[in-house]
Amino acid sequence: MKAPRQQARVHGPETKDQRPRALRWEHAPGNKLGDPKHCIARRDFFRFASGLAVLVGVRSGLSVSSADSSHRPGALVDVNVSISHWPTRRVEFDEAPELAKLLRSRGVSQAWVGSLDGMLHKDIAAANARLARACAQNGRGLLLPFGTINPVLPDWREELRRCAEAHRMHGIRLYPNYHGYKLDDPASASLLRAAAERGLIVQIALAMEDERMMHPLMRVAPVDPTPLVRLVREIQGIRLVLINALRLVRGEPLGQLIRSGEVYVEISTLDGVGCVERLVTEIPVERVLFGSNAPLFYFESAALKLRESSLSPTQLAALCAGNAIRLMPRGVGRGSRTP
Amino acid sequence: MSAAPDRMEIWDVHCHLSGVPGNTPEERLERLIGYADRLGIQKLCICMGMEWAYDPSPEKLRKDNDDVLRAIRRFPERAFGFVYLNPKHTQASIDELNRCVADGPMVGVKLWVAEKCNSPALDPIVRRAAELRAPIYQHTWLKITGNLPGESTPMDLAELARRHPDAQFICGHSGGDWEVGIRAVRSCQNVYVELSGGDPVAGVTEMAVRELGAERVLFGSDAGGRSFASQLGKVTGASVPETAKRLILVGNLRRLLRPILTSKGFSTHRSTTIEHQ
Repeated sequence: MKAPRQQARVHGPETKDQRPRALRWEHAPGNKLGDPKHCIARRDFFRFASGLAVLVGVRSGLSVSSADSSHRPGALVDVNVSISHWPTRRVEFDEAPELAKLLRSRGVSQAWVGSLDGMLHKDIAAANARLARACAQNGRGLLLPFGTINPVLPDWREELRRCAEAHRMHGIRLYPNYHGYKLDDPASASLLRAAAERGLIVQIALAMEDERMMHPLMRVAPVDPTPLVRLVREIQGIRLVLINALRLVRGEPLGQLIRSGEVYVEISTLDGVGCVERLVTEIPVERVLFGSNAPLFYFESAALKLRESSLSPTQLAALCAGNAIRLMPRGVGRGSRTP
Repeated sequence: MSAAPDRMEIWDVHCHLSGVPGNTPEERLERLIGYADRLGIQKLCICMGMEWAYDPSPEKLRKDNDDVLRAIRRFPERAFGFVYLNPKHTQASIDELNRCVADGPMVGVKLWVAEKCNSPALDPIVRRAAELRAPIYQHTWLKITGNLPGESTPMDLAELARRHPDAQFICGHSGGDWEVGIRAVRSCQNVYVELSGGDPVAGVTEMAVRELGAERVLFGSDAGGRSFASQLGKVTGASVPETAKRLILVGNLRRLLRPILTSKGFSTHRSTTIEHQ
């Protein structure tokens, strides 16, 4: 079987089903409930998830050229992945070389990567340097590092400077609940303002795991995002991506956040049948990004959500890549920017 | 109708009529099946009604089970029913078991959070289920935030399973805190673990297969509260052999249900529909 990227180039619009066998689903639209045709070939099934990004691209005629002509058709941008070790268990693919292979094999064309070391390590400078190095040395531009900033630590502005200037990162990732501050603390406003001035995307992790199953010595309440509504309105140019957020904030509170400014969410913790199609009736699809939370979560879980929901080609294109690419400066992702 | 030999089915052992759009049980199951179709899921085991109660009265049990009966009768080729029982109402539960399983089309038992499952109150229910060869799905969770008063842990289920070696149990949600839950039921050969309900945290399927063997692991989604997708990814994304995935996705549940399906005159051969013989 050819690599998914190659398939994406080969196959054009779906006037005739020329997709590789692994990407064909026999329960074509119009099949009646109970029709045995929806049963899929077993080999095909196990290949399905890995080829999903391409499948989505082919089915939808996905083109992100309007956002950035450098990106391939079938592009998939995963805005929520991490490297290094989760504190209470080892997870497969938690080192950059293995993670890059996993993401490539799943059709991911760009991944925004944080370091789990940033959650609990006090020497965040070293964690960020390792992250930058790992992303530069693996994946040939696939992995874009998002360094961690802890505004409770002394001299955090130097950390921010290094992320922007030394490591040439495009964004940062925050773990307020693991770093012991709330979003209405003055430190939060200072950090968000400084990040906006540098043009950095800010990712805020509202949680890292289900509260019910935390290690007894590492119980951490989720982040309350409510203060962001005011902060986003006040801070010019801030661009926020809330990660691991959609189990915690939905409905009107989410709507308020989205309306407050340039705020995005990703789908890794979104759940419920047809969850993505339902979400895009609540908030504009332009604010929804693809995120897997790999390798802490199985990548396939996020990818399959795109299949489960009924989404238009335009919606898929925006969600898979277009929105994320629009957030990034032009040309990003075609090579390492880390010196 | 037989499927081609190279085709694989997926059976989901844990689905609900809640969290799904629709005004009637039939409408909701139709919607659920529509989503399942998108992921190639063939069979759905349905339990509990349109609206849930932690501690249902006998009347509420009957209503909930009637909802499920209505739904599965509309789609008999796609859905199985598990009868919802409350051990606090032992006789009413046995009556429901007889109505829905012995004399009706349902094929399993669902127990939720009304009573901790190591209670002696469960014994008559388990004995009757074993007579009917109906597997018992017991919700389990081990919460650091604290369980509900009647919410069972996987350790409670292990205790029950040891009292009833002739019954077959499904440890719902792998105990929630699966790294502990899988250990808790490891020595109980009559307990399967089911993967639904939690976030798709990497490693759950690998640990279950490693510690229990693939033959004791079942795919379930907990749809509609969870998506089929988030839970199916736990299996398709796991680093386990394809043979193990096939067992988890269909083989084990088919084997587990074969006695009761056969007793009801259903065929469980490799097919895409269950047929009356």
